[in-house]
Amino acid sequence: MTGEQLSTLFGLMLEYAVPTLKIFAFTLLYSIPLGMVVALLKMCRFKPISWLTNIYILIMRGTPLLLQLIVAQYSVPYIVRSDICPDFIKSLLENVDIRSESYTFNMMLFAFVLNYAAYFAEIFRGGLESIPKGQYEASRCLGFGKFQTFFRIILPQVIKRVVPASSNEIITLVKDTSLASAIPYMEIMYIAKKQVPLYASLMPLFMAGVFYFVFATVLTVLFSAVEKKLDYYR
Amino acid sequence: MAILEVRNLSKSFGTLNVLNDISFDVEKGEAVAVIGPSGSGKSTLLRCVNQLEKASGGTIRFCGMDMFVPGPGGKSVYADKQTLRKVQEKTGLVFQNFNLFPHMTVLRNITEAPVCVLKKSKQEAQEIAMELLKKMGLETKAKSYPCELSGGQQQRVSIARALAMNPEILFFDEPTSALDPELTGEILKVIKELAADGMTMVIVTHEMNFARGVADKIIFMEGGYIVEQGDPEQLFGENASERTKQFLQRYSSI
Repeated sequence: MTGEQLSTLFGLMLEYAVPTLKIFAFTLLYSIPLGMVVALLKMCRFKPISWLTNIYILIMRGTPLLLQLIVAQYSVPYIVRSDICPDFIKSLLENVDIRSESYTFNMMLFAFVLNYAAYFAEIFRGGLESIPKGQYEASRCLGFGKFQTFFRIILPQVIKRVVPASSNEIITLVKDTSLASAIPYMEIMYIAKKQVPLYASLMPLFMAGVFYFVFATVLTVLFSAVEKKLDYYR
Repeated sequence: MAILEVRNLSKSFGTLNVLNDISFDVEKGEAVAVIGPSGSGKSTLLRCVNQLEKASGGTIRFCGMDMFVPGPGGKSVYADKQTLRKVQEKTGLVFQNFNLFPHMTVLRNITEAPVCVLKKSKQEAQEIAMELLKKMGLETKAKSYPCELSGGQQQRVSIARALAMNPEILFFDEPTSALDPELTGEILKVIKELAADGMTMVIVTHEMNFARGVADKIIFMEGGYIVEQGDPEQLFGENASERTKQFLQRYSSI
């Protein structure tokens, strides 16, 4: 490849790194708060809610993310046509333009968020349950209310405990965004694959690989810094 | 008038009765020691009075407030949330394993509740905290984290934390059981000083000599019942019940 070709290719890859970052950022933005809610629902003492939440987590963790992405993308027309679908859902979905770009992105994000929220929920639940009962009792005896206990005593300790597992999950997400190329959604992986026959070279895939590697490594360094910062107590 | 009045208190977990017909008073300024073999319900008693467990029946009155009294149907009921909260603020509990907040400095462990619960200013809470730390001989540890302290120091911080709420009564749930003998002494010394200052206290302990030396009243429990209660001379004397003598003898023979 000539130098000119290389720089054109590099520019193209950079341009399509943006949609990848978009998937990554929006998935985190929604799945982390949703994961907290799901964790609390799973710990709910009213058993039916806990069971339903558990079924959701089982499905999300038990089936491939790729399958979930494809189902989310193509299921709307089938749902509208099915006999068992309630009318109010039909009327809601009929106005959706399934050819629009925002539809593709939103349904993809929907699948990413639901999938990652399930994993985050299990991490947060583990963190919450690992806090000794004595912490709740001590704070109760000092007169703290339920909210004060949660936000001042419990949550700060949970955050420290969930950082290692969460960072693992977040770094996995960097690489999982490439599954979007199968929908297809135009992000860095999709464009890299497309350029291979054009240039008759592996260079596009190599560049995509470097991008993922640098991104994941930066996050790794960042999270180890966060862990170190939280290391002021045991 | 007694600060704490417990009458016919009972507590059961399912069909298991862990407390039966427990009645005693704690007067202002009194130090009461609760002794007895493991599993006799001493800790459960403290936990019921401190609202960490729900009692099943009987009466608990604290500072003239009806915290847990028989209702119209005869079954005992708890007071409204506001009263319970007031009781909670006026009682302090020191745990066997300290339960300090590991993510806060020693100083913040002590000031957090006065600031958030009693709405004291940060400065005032810190002054009180430093005063208490000085009393505990820990003024140099204010900026340390609990994990950097020895067990004895952690327990002294947790006593300071309870005292910062200015409680009417302070409960100790086996405060030295998690400590080695050398550190046990420093905690017992602190409790002794508190007793001399006139702090009202209920102490669950296995330290018989300490109970004998410090307590104004001793309650001996076994199997969920109070076997005997009275001043130390009575329980450690010739006129104690056979069971009490037997228990104390076994202790002193170790």
